[in-house]
Amino acid sequence: MPAAASVREVTIEINGLRRTAIVEARRLLVHFLREDLGLTGTHVGCDTSQCGACTVEIDGAAVKSCTVLAVMADGALITTIEGLTGGNGELSSVQKAFHDHHALQCGFCTPGMVMSVRNLLKENPDPSEREIRHGLAGNICRCTGYHNIVRAVESLASEGGVA
Amino acid sequence: MTISNGNRHVGQPLKRREDLKLLSGKGRYVDDLKLPGMLHMAILRSPHAHAKIRSIDLSLAKAAPGVRLALSGTTLEDRIGPIVPNWIIPGSKVPVRRVIATDRVRFVGEGVALVVAESLAEAYDAISLIEVEYDVLPAVTEEQDAIRGDAPQLHENVPGNITTLYKVKGGDYEKANREADQVVKLRVVNNRLIPTCMETRAIVAAPEPDGTLTVYIGSQVPHMHRRWIAETVRIPEHQLRVVAPDIGGGFGAKMHLYPEDLICPYLARELNAPVKWWETRSESHQSTSHGRAHTEDLEIAFNNDGRILGLKVSTLGNVGAYLSNMATGGPTVNTVNFGTGTYKIENYEALSRVVVTNTVPVDAYRGYGRPEGAYIAERAIDAVARHLSLDQVEVRRRNFIQASDFPYRPYGSTGVMYDSGDYQALLDKALEAFGYDARRGECEALRANGIYRGVGVAAYTHMCGMAPSRRLAPGGFDRGGWESARVSIDSSGRATIYSGSMSQGQGHATSLAQIAADVLQIPIEDIEIVQGDTRQVQAGHGTFNSRSMAVGGSSVHVSSHRVITKAKTIAAGMLEVDEKDVSYSAGAFTVPGTDIAPLTFSKVARMAYVGHKLPDGVAPGLDETVFYDPTGMGAPSGVHMAYVEVDPETGIVDILDYVAVDDVGTLINPRLAAGQIHGGVVQGIAQALFEEVSYDSESGQLLTGSLLDYAVPRAEHVPNIRSSFQQTPSPTNPIGVKGIGESGSIAAPPCMVHAVLDALSPFGIKHLDMPLTPPRIWAAIRSVREGDAQ
Repeated sequence: MPAAASVREVTIEINGLRRTAIVEARRLLVHFLREDLGLTGTHVGCDTSQCGACTVEIDGAAVKSCTVLAVMADGALITTIEGLTGGNGELSSVQKAFHDHHALQCGFCTPGMVMSVRNLLKENPDPSEREIRHGLAGNICRCTGYHNIVRAVESLASEGGVA
Repeated sequence: MTISNGNRHVGQPLKRREDLKLLSGKGRYVDDLKLPGMLHMAILRSPHAHAKIRSIDLSLAKAAPGVRLALSGTTLEDRIGPIVPNWIIPGSKVPVRRVIATDRVRFVGEGVALVVAESLAEAYDAISLIEVEYDVLPAVTEEQDAIRGDAPQLHENVPGNITTLYKVKGGDYEKANREADQVVKLRVVNNRLIPTCMETRAIVAAPEPDGTLTVYIGSQVPHMHRRWIAETVRIPEHQLRVVAPDIGGGFGAKMHLYPEDLICPYLARELNAPVKWWETRSESHQSTSHGRAHTEDLEIAFNNDGRILGLKVSTLGNVGAYLSNMATGGPTVNTVNFGTGTYKIENYEALSRVVVTNTVPVDAYRGYGRPEGAYIAERAIDAVARHLSLDQVEVRRRNFIQASDFPYRPYGSTGVMYDSGDYQALLDKALEAFGYDARRGECEALRANGIYRGVGVAAYTHMCGMAPSRRLAPGGFDRGGWESARVSIDSSGRATIYSGSMSQGQGHATSLAQIAADVLQIPIEDIEIVQGDTRQVQAGHGTFNSRSMAVGGSSVHVSSHRVITKAKTIAAGMLEVDEKDVSYSAGAFTVPGTDIAPLTFSKVARMAYVGHKLPDGVAPGLDETVFYDPTGMGAPSGVHMAYVEVDPETGIVDILDYVAVDDVGTLINPRLAAGQIHGGVVQGIAQALFEEVSYDSESGQLLTGSLLDYAVPRAEHVPNIRSSFQQTPSPTNPIGVKGIGESGSIAAPPCMVHAVLDALSPFGIKHLDMPLTPPRIWAAIRSVREGDAQ
């Protein structure tokens, strides 16, 4: 119901920049990122927190940003896909591995998948194939059949983790 | 003219050029678009499968904050034409489909009213304030139930709920039936699926200051969408620009005309403001087309040596409540025409009935009809092997169409022709890669220990890139089979290629550039590919039916050749030699046998544009457009094998190995080709083991209404896919390509089912319907064990 929408001020450090904004209390973090901050690299692929396309890093941990209200992220340190690429456009190691191993097709699940892979490798720098597949269970990809995503992660595992 | 093959790009596993933007969050999908003054539409959808609309009260919604407009179907009835299918099998009865229901709803999810508001949240808030009174009617969701005499009738002009009857006949099935040693009957279900593109549908329609309208839409077929929107909303086509930006997967679901595609353009003009609609995932489950949903009855006549003499098929194709874009063609031409698969079955008879039910419309989904057709052929051959206790590989060998038979018309068909192939060689490669004999032995040995492993085999063929155009009219298509490409060289010798194909993740920016680079012989970095904007790309049909390389790629190839032909004429003039003495190689024109210095392509391009020294009769410019209409269709083929272990206590299937050997003709880019196989196979495994749309057959409620309920596989549910290729070039196009996108989803379902049935063979289980979920397998094992105990 559109009863007087309650609003709050939030301050978030996002991709190295401090941002302050007034948000509706009911606004999801993913909508705040996409609509208010214009960070459209984070995608919405479902409405039941199943697909993982909206995965971002909050205080160093991968989180589905559709499961968090923007107000709950007040004071947090957030990294989105846009924050991974260096100033000169250079790809991070996970992004580069995805490119090298053809681990993306339509690219829609990719930002969330990349964020989850970073998290997976942070928690387990040398995962087995089984651990990789299990570790990515929160992210759905419909194009690649996961085969080349697993190859990309394996290549990073053998290189000793994520940079 | 000689063209050197020294620096070939075709066949190289180049990395994709489109990756960098997509990997760094710079992809631009429709929902990323934000225009000044943009309004948001939300649709109220029917909660009933079948009901009369008694009244709709919009007053509260109209008064809600931010609302600019609220309306019901009757307002739009005269302003937006009904949605007309693009493929109508002759003789079909076509029900009227309005963009928003007026007096009656026929499926859960059909639109009944809409709101346009200043924000999406306000639009959602307001649709919850719309009051609709319904008189609920009896509903029918299953195809077998819908054709019963007492079934609820959906449309006055579709008696018996059957829109289309389609028959195929070749040879003499009745005679084969009489003469065969044995006849076996089998009913198989092809489970209803949700295509599940990770990006749901979205559209933004924006009026431009000059009076034209731009429509941003995730479309596999931007030019067809332009025509359909123009005709249905009555906008002059030349004043409509359709832009398809990055697309988050299509798989067939984004090649149809949906109500929202028409409503947004209409409302944008009405409100003189950009109007956006974006589909939630749960909304997508009830408003974007579903796939498959067939039941087929098979009768197989065969001899004791395993040779099939005849096959009779009866198909019921459930197409949902209305005829979507291609709906009458799927269960008919696309399915039963291909029912004999890779086998020489000369006596064939098929009847297909297209059935309407109170469910979401069903239309093309990766393979459209060919997975269902291959499933018929493969389940039939498997049934013969199982019935005779013959080896599944040997029975296939005995029935295969042989390499010497091509081009081959199955059962004397006039509509189906398999252009080329070598199935025995495919099978040999698959057996070797898989290690068939060793695994066969392993299965037998482990069964003694209560470990149930099984080997599955499936072979397939189909046809891609429907063409030529003149053949499409008698089949009921309101479209052509050509594709266009414009190769435009700038004055520095670099190329911009405008292609009517439309990538949704396939990587055309890379693969089409590879095709052009081999002909133009310029660095691939000097070639840009433009797609998905009807203001830039002159014309096109788009991407479906695995046609983009065979038809779109061929058009780029032919168009590039025309550029070189003209450039050579200009070069001859510049060098003051006869044109026939000029050669083109590695980006330079030379005159072999002389000491004339090579002339670079870029210098010729400059001359084409300054026009200072052109031969008589040669116009300036270096810019060629081709509308390429193929002479025929390529037929990819393949043999897939799977190795599984079934836990008899839980019914869980563990996939131990999967081998795919595919012949898709010439490979443009093996890296991208393997990616297509991986993705297609996993969608096929998903159909075989996990996914099924469920409706409550009493109420017609959609039970798999979100991704919580619909089982799309995760990384941990699927295996590695060992993909390799055999290349038999197609003689139907200049680059020898057949088509690849649909191969995996065609081959994998029967392959997986056969592997599981093989594992369950000690229990005497001969058939189970997809999806082979743990409860289904566990129940089948339990019923055998209980039977044994009695």
